[in-house]
Amino acid sequence: MHRIYLDYNATSPVRPEVLEVMLPFYKEQFGNPSSVHWAGRQVSGALEKAREQVAALINASPAEIVFVSCGSEGDNMAIKGTLAALKEKGNHVITTAVEHPAVLETCEALAKEGYDVTFLPVDKDGQLNLADLEKAITDKTVLISVMWANNETGNIYPIEEIGKIAKKYNIRFHTDAVQAVGKIPVDVQKANVDLLVISGHKIGAPKGVGAIYIRRGTRMATFLHGGHQERNRRAGTQNVAGIVGLGKACEIAGAELDDYYKRVRLLRDRLEDGIFSQVPDIKLNGTPDRDQRLPNTLNVSFAYIEGESLLLNLDMFGIAASSGSACTSGSLEPSHVMGAMCVEVTLAHSSTRFSLGPETTAEDIDKVLEVLPATVQRLRDMSPLYNCGRTAEGCETCETVRRI
Amino acid sequence: MYTDKVMDHFTNPRNVGEIEDANGVGEVGNASCGDIMKIFLKVEDNIIKDVKFKTFGCGAAIATSSMVTEMAIGKTIDEALALSNQAVAEALDGLPAQKMHCSNLAADALHEAIKNYREHNS
Repeated sequence: MHRIYLDYNATSPVRPEVLEVMLPFYKEQFGNPSSVHWAGRQVSGALEKAREQVAALINASPAEIVFVSCGSEGDNMAIKGTLAALKEKGNHVITTAVEHPAVLETCEALAKEGYDVTFLPVDKDGQLNLADLEKAITDKTVLISVMWANNETGNIYPIEEIGKIAKKYNIRFHTDAVQAVGKIPVDVQKANVDLLVISGHKIGAPKGVGAIYIRRGTRMATFLHGGHQERNRRAGTQNVAGIVGLGKACEIAGAELDDYYKRVRLLRDRLEDGIFSQVPDIKLNGTPDRDQRLPNTLNVSFAYIEGESLLLNLDMFGIAASSGSACTSGSLEPSHVMGAMCVEVTLAHSSTRFSLGPETTAEDIDKVLEVLPATVQRLRDMSPLYNCGRTAEGCETCETVRRI
Repeated sequence: MYTDKVMDHFTNPRNVGEIEDANGVGEVGNASCGDIMKIFLKVEDNIIKDVKFKTFGCGAAIATSSMVTEMAIGKTIDEALALSNQAVAEALDGLPAQKMHCSNLAADALHEAIKNYREHNS
């Protein structure tokens, strides 16, 4: 069976060119980059080349790039490292209700420790109101943390505008750019970002490697203590092969960005238009303005059916997608992003995300469009909510929301 | 994550639908937890002659609904009342731990339908 992978926002396959450049670092070039001898010298250059490649993609300088093990580590380091370093200045963080758990859970943990955290709400399309952000700022605010693009809906947030606000009030600005880097242009200078996090496995590098951009002169408390690696920013012997892979993936992403955007956007639009013309009673989750959404992401709720059962049915046709259903999150509540957008609860359970990648083809999309309508109908015919006069309940109480 | 039996009942669910002249109907679950099961019964001479179901829910919810209908058909209502959610899960060779509470409600739906039958036919 032909397998169709439409879950690139979860992870992506390692690109062959990336694997190719990594392999020598598992074999003959095995040295520790901190060593002075020939084995160390063999690899330290590769590390610095990767730093340049990552920096170039986001318009930073190589000295501002620190390699970490994953996006979650980068986000933890950015938030906790900032708050600890700026303790005398204040104890207030502003973030959003739709952040990835790496930011959301970190901020909630800090709130329990006594920090003051504001979680900005979003509207029904998942968009932020920047007036809310400005209103939330106090003289104790030390950090604004807003993701560049949302992993579930693909909504792109107005990072340049937020950067201006942060600059105006002289507040540090962190952005989780894990979903944005490699999909849309990301420029840390233009956006006035101080801290930005990248994950390797979302852009064709392996799992277990990421990077954080730390603007020159940004004071951070040490998060991981130990050796002097990464200019004392992050201890631990570097994951050389992974870092080399991340560098190569960033180089490719930069070179292919325009083509990628055009190609993937065309396919995503074809999928979106196809689903909306063929399947009734569905809801788009995210902004209808396609220019304000990542080119590869489509999140739809299919009324009357539950997300996990739809995913399992699609899986039988070899189609991999993902869902905001509670069943797929391992909790009893559906996605906090759907909750924050006030999506009616059964619709939140049926939210289904298709995220495309550079390997996606028009044939893949056509196959999904061939299979999906009948699959949805089959599950609807099985549902007690379908065709029985029940309509989607209103959302005055917002029960889906994780109370923030 | 699911057993072959769960996948079998999920992909080829038995007794899906409604019974038009049902004399017992039961519904359990709620939308916020993501599972709603509705069971329709046709009881004659204290014997369950026919059972059908409609379910909104995940793979486990649909498979347990299908399994409980198979287990209930032909049983007396007292025998059917003795069926537990646990027995349904065991008949499916088990369910993932996190599904045991949220999606394993099919016997409860059956019991609700029997209760409804008794209320109207006693």
